[in-house]
Amino acid sequence: MGKSEFLEKLRLRLSGIPQIDADERVSFYSEMIDDRIEEGLTEEQAVNELGSIDEIVSQILSEVPLTTIVREKVKKNYTLRAWGILLIVLGSPIWLSLLVALFAVIISVYAAIWSVIVALWAVELSFVLGALCGVFGLGFFSVQGAIISAVSMLGAGLLLVGLAIFGFFGCKYLTIGTMRATKWVLIRIKSWFVKREAV
Amino acid sequence: MDTQLKRGLLDVCVLAAIKGEDSYGYKIIKDLSPYIRLSESTLYTILKRLESAKMLTVRNVEHDGRLRKYYHITENGLRRIDEFKDEWKEIFAIYQFITKEENENGEK
Repeated sequence: MGKSEFLEKLRLRLSGIPQIDADERVSFYSEMIDDRIEEGLTEEQAVNELGSIDEIVSQILSEVPLTTIVREKVKKNYTLRAWGILLIVLGSPIWLSLLVALFAVIISVYAAIWSVIVALWAVELSFVLGALCGVFGLGFFSVQGAIISAVSMLGAGLLLVGLAIFGFFGCKYLTIGTMRATKWVLIRIKSWFVKREAV
Repeated sequence: MDTQLKRGLLDVCVLAAIKGEDSYGYKIIKDLSPYIRLSESTLYTILKRLESAKMLTVRNVEHDGRLRKYYHITENGLRRIDEFKDEWKEIFAIYQFITKEENENGEK
C-alpha cells in the first residue's frame, strides 16, 4: 500500500471523529511516512512500519471519548427538512418514551448483572464469616468440654474456609470478566458509530 | 506494567527526548526506541496531552518542501522532569523497603 492510499483509507475510517482532529492525525501519519522515506525506506516499507490500519483505528477510537463520537455523529445529520423536524416534534411523545424505556432496560439489565456479582460477593463474605464463627465455636465448645460439638464446629469451619477460597477466585474472575466485557461493548459501540459513517 | 504508571513514565520520556533540542515525531520515536517502544498513535496522544498541559509548544517548520512539526519544551515541561526525578527517589526508597521485607522473610 502506498502513502496516499494509506492516508485516504485512514481518513475514511476516521470520519466518525471531529474533522479537525481527524485531519491532524492524518497529517501526523503523513509526516511519519515522509520522515521514514527520507531515511531511505521505500514508500511501501514506510507504510508497513506503521502497522495495520485496523490496529491504528481501534487504538485511536479507544482513546477518543464515546461522547465525542456520538456528538460528531449527531452533528453531521443536522440538516433536516422542516417537515422532518415537525414529525420529530409531533412524534416525541412516542419515540422519546420508547427511547427512555430502551435506555432504562439497558441500564437495568446492566445493573442486574452487577447485582448478581454483588450477591455472590455477599455469599463469599458469609463463607468467611461462617469460617470465623467455626473457629470461635471450636474454642467455645472446647472450653466447655463438649467434644462432639467442638469437632463438628471444626469440620464446618474447614468446609467454609474451603468454600471461601474457591468462592473468592470465582467472584474475582467474574468481576474482572464483567469489567472487560463492559469495555469491549463500549469499544464495539464506538466502532459501530464510526463504521456507519465510513460506508 | 501498570497503565497509570506507564502513562506518567512515557510523558516524561517524551519530554526528555525534546529537552536538549527541539525535535519532531519520528525522531522522538527513534531516540526512545532503545529504551521503550512507542507506537505513532501513542506518541500522538502523549504530545496532545503535553501540549494541553502547556508542557510543550508546537511549531510548523518547512522542511524539504513539506511541513514538519517541531516540539519545544516549556518551563512547565522542564519542571515536570524535575518533579519526576524527585518522585523517582521516593519510588526507589519504597522499592528498597519492599525488597528489604522480602529478603528478611527469605532468611527466616
